[in-house]
Amino acid sequence: MKSYVSPEYLIERDNDKCIRCKVCVNQCSYDTHYYDEEDDVLHSRNENCVNCQRCATFCPTQAITIRENPNHYRSNANWTQEVLTGIKKQAETGGVLLTGMGCDKPNLTYWDRLLLNASQVTNPSIDPLREPMELRTYLGSKPDKLDMDFSSGEAVLKTELSPQLRLETPIMFSAMSYGSVSLNVHKSLARAASEFGTFYNTGEGGLEKSLYKYGKNVIVQVASGRFGVHPDYLDAGAAIEIKIGQGAKPGIGGHLPGEKVSAEISKTRMIPMGTDALSPAPQHDIYSIEDLRQLIYALKEATDYTKPVFVKIAAVHNSAAIASGIVRAGADAVVLDGVRGGTGAAPRITRDNVGIPIEMALAAVDQRLRDEGIRNQASVIAAGGIKSSADVLKAIALGADACYIATAALVSLGCTVCQKCYTGKCPWGIATTDLWLTKRINPDIGAKRLVGLLRGWSLEIMEMMGGMGINAIESVRGNRLLLRGVGLTDTELKILGVRMVGE
Amino acid sequence: MKDLTKVNNPHGDEKVFDACSIFGMMNLKGERFSAKDPIRAMANMHDRGNGLGGGFAAYGIYPEYKDDYAFHIMFLDREAKKKMSRLISECFNIVNEEEMPTQEANVSDPPIMWRYFVQPKPSKMDGQTADDFVMEKVTRINTETGKAFVFSSGKNMGVFKGVGFPEDVAEYFCLEAYEGYMWTGHGRFPTNTPGWWGGAHPFSMLDWTVVHNGEISSYGINKRYLEMFGYKCTMQTDTEVMAYAFDLLMRRQGLPIDIVSKILAPPLWSEIKTMMPENELALRALRQTYGSLLMNGPFTIIVAHEGEMIGLTDRIKLRPLTAAEKDDFLFLSSEEAAIRLVSPVLDRVWSPRGGEPVIGRLESPVVDVTA
Repeated sequence: MKSYVSPEYLIERDNDKCIRCKVCVNQCSYDTHYYDEEDDVLHSRNENCVNCQRCATFCPTQAITIRENPNHYRSNANWTQEVLTGIKKQAETGGVLLTGMGCDKPNLTYWDRLLLNASQVTNPSIDPLREPMELRTYLGSKPDKLDMDFSSGEAVLKTELSPQLRLETPIMFSAMSYGSVSLNVHKSLARAASEFGTFYNTGEGGLEKSLYKYGKNVIVQVASGRFGVHPDYLDAGAAIEIKIGQGAKPGIGGHLPGEKVSAEISKTRMIPMGTDALSPAPQHDIYSIEDLRQLIYALKEATDYTKPVFVKIAAVHNSAAIASGIVRAGADAVVLDGVRGGTGAAPRITRDNVGIPIEMALAAVDQRLRDEGIRNQASVIAAGGIKSSADVLKAIALGADACYIATAALVSLGCTVCQKCYTGKCPWGIATTDLWLTKRINPDIGAKRLVGLLRGWSLEIMEMMGGMGINAIESVRGNRLLLRGVGLTDTELKILGVRMVGE
Repeated sequence: MKDLTKVNNPHGDEKVFDACSIFGMMNLKGERFSAKDPIRAMANMHDRGNGLGGGFAAYGIYPEYKDDYAFHIMFLDREAKKKMSRLISECFNIVNEEEMPTQEANVSDPPIMWRYFVQPKPSKMDGQTADDFVMEKVTRINTETGKAFVFSSGKNMGVFKGVGFPEDVAEYFCLEAYEGYMWTGHGRFPTNTPGWWGGAHPFSMLDWTVVHNGEISSYGINKRYLEMFGYKCTMQTDTEVMAYAFDLLMRRQGLPIDIVSKILAPPLWSEIKTMMPENELALRALRQTYGSLLMNGPFTIIVAHEGEMIGLTDRIKLRPLTAAEKDDFLFLSSEEAAIRLVSPVLDRVWSPRGGEPVIGRLESPVVDVTA
């Protein structure tokens, strides 16, 4: 069948600049560029290009420019290029349209409509380069009061706190399974987390043996497929996360195609090589909140109550009530993943239409837990679409204890958010298990880049905190008076618990 | 002057911003002395206030009623007084009541001032302690009509406050006629309120009083944390969260002041790391558990209750506090000059470090953690 879908991008090559080095040919995993030996010239197959910018970045003479195809269908606010192209693709394949990364629509983000405060006159701002500025955060359940014994003259703690995770910055790396991303990406994340004093989440694909040594900075995930879950795995991590849902695809499971299940991945996931790794939509032993409680306590029993257990849900309409149930079921932390959260593969229709923005879910959950007097019993972690240090700080002011980032972490490794992760051919060597491509991530350099990101964001958070005259992150947490909204309706402000600018 | 909370904060700002002078003077043997020196000391720091609020708390002033709760109440009109008098006589046996002695002074628009010496009616108490019963009724009076405000409710102590400079408020209340063993004072410089009588310091509940100089940047979370424990922050001032934090931690949870000071103004993580293992464990648990009660931003407070006076600053000491001792007296003040005025020769004078409390207790030596 002749495809009616025209190329999205056009590749322009400046032949005067091109030195025929063929870097573009070698770098592109989509077979876009080819060399014509007879004419000594390079050509491109535009239809293959995903605009990942790998070739343009590595071209030594900057001879390549990629631009959007100017051949658009007639402009139409409703029947957009994306809509028309999607329909034609479906007509030709009869399938679900897949995509990668988080929702790319502009209408679902609130961070940019929230503004932070600063001190002027009535209280002094603090210079973080010269004064202490504390970002340390402990995740886990906290008691409402501490019992202490003073009989010896010294204060002796009687209450034993349940296990806590210590973060030197309130930013962790969110779940990305080994399989959806490469081992070198996991190595980079693990090393960066352990160097900076934070945590990386394994995702649902298990923990590769060589990474066990980073265990005290690892959160091990238990998801519906239970891939790679065994006693040593649970023991290896500092915390366990039960994955109920994911912001990019609430209510649906996952599918790692058999081609990606290499020998190494098969070993870590404990499934035969080359077989599809199917994660069911629900956890089949959790059909209700009491089932969740059983799994939480099964995992706590299995690890002798030495680790906090997190429960991760996608942000959906009734997140507040669900989160309350999760806390009452015994979770030490609730992870909320908003509608803009990323994925390695999801139906585009689900990614862009199911779930709610993290800002609203976070505000509603934090308030509900406070209304019920149980906010101290669990930490709240915000995830999904956190793209800057300001987003982190705003999330904390809304009520989060910490944030998970994943897309930003991958971007620091080279990702350009081309949204083609599901093809397994990531030219940047990130979302792939192809050994030829995964070599493109050097874990030493990767870890360095990730640490650079964490450090840069942490310094920015300190600057903003200092500007507000606050020198400990716990004084920002849930302190919504530090925020003002702009361009929001009364109802939006009410749910966010934030006043309008100028108020 | 309708709704008290609105009157307190007419622009609806989330909290009242102010800067201030504060002073405390205590005889550690419990010997009573007149208000003359505290008034002079406050007057000496005149320029730290702007005449929109001044007040004093005095302990040991009602020995003849020492077992009765002394209510100082301001009424905005006769109607409110009538209604609230009915409520008070319903719930309490009134030992004595009278208009508070006042005189002409340079204060603006004083409300009706009344005081009651009362005992809770046992038949009305529903298994509560007397303190909890009084606290509940005081909250009810303060929120019910919006025109009656109990600004003092402890035993053998009293708060005197209003709109004016502290020395003028003292004159208005004829304060020189009283004798107490412990006095605290406050002069106010609010930036966002015209000042109303109830909004002046000290703030009090039962015999706890707080005078406060500062702006708490962590107010938003301090308030939300306290709300989980049933406190209603109706006054929209950061001083109020300070008072409730003391009530929660000291009265309800029974923690001593040196621990409470480590919650409100905790040591840095880098300091905690260098402590002895047991202290490290305790201090870490305190920050983990009570992080939402860390009072961030500049503050100095003097908290007092029967037999005890405590001075504390924020952990990086962004507002001043000087302490001094002379014979049986402990002084706390925003400025040393105010102390020197009333006691030119001192045994010892020092600047407490940020977050280190200075504690004066009756019949006990001054505990100074910095020494």
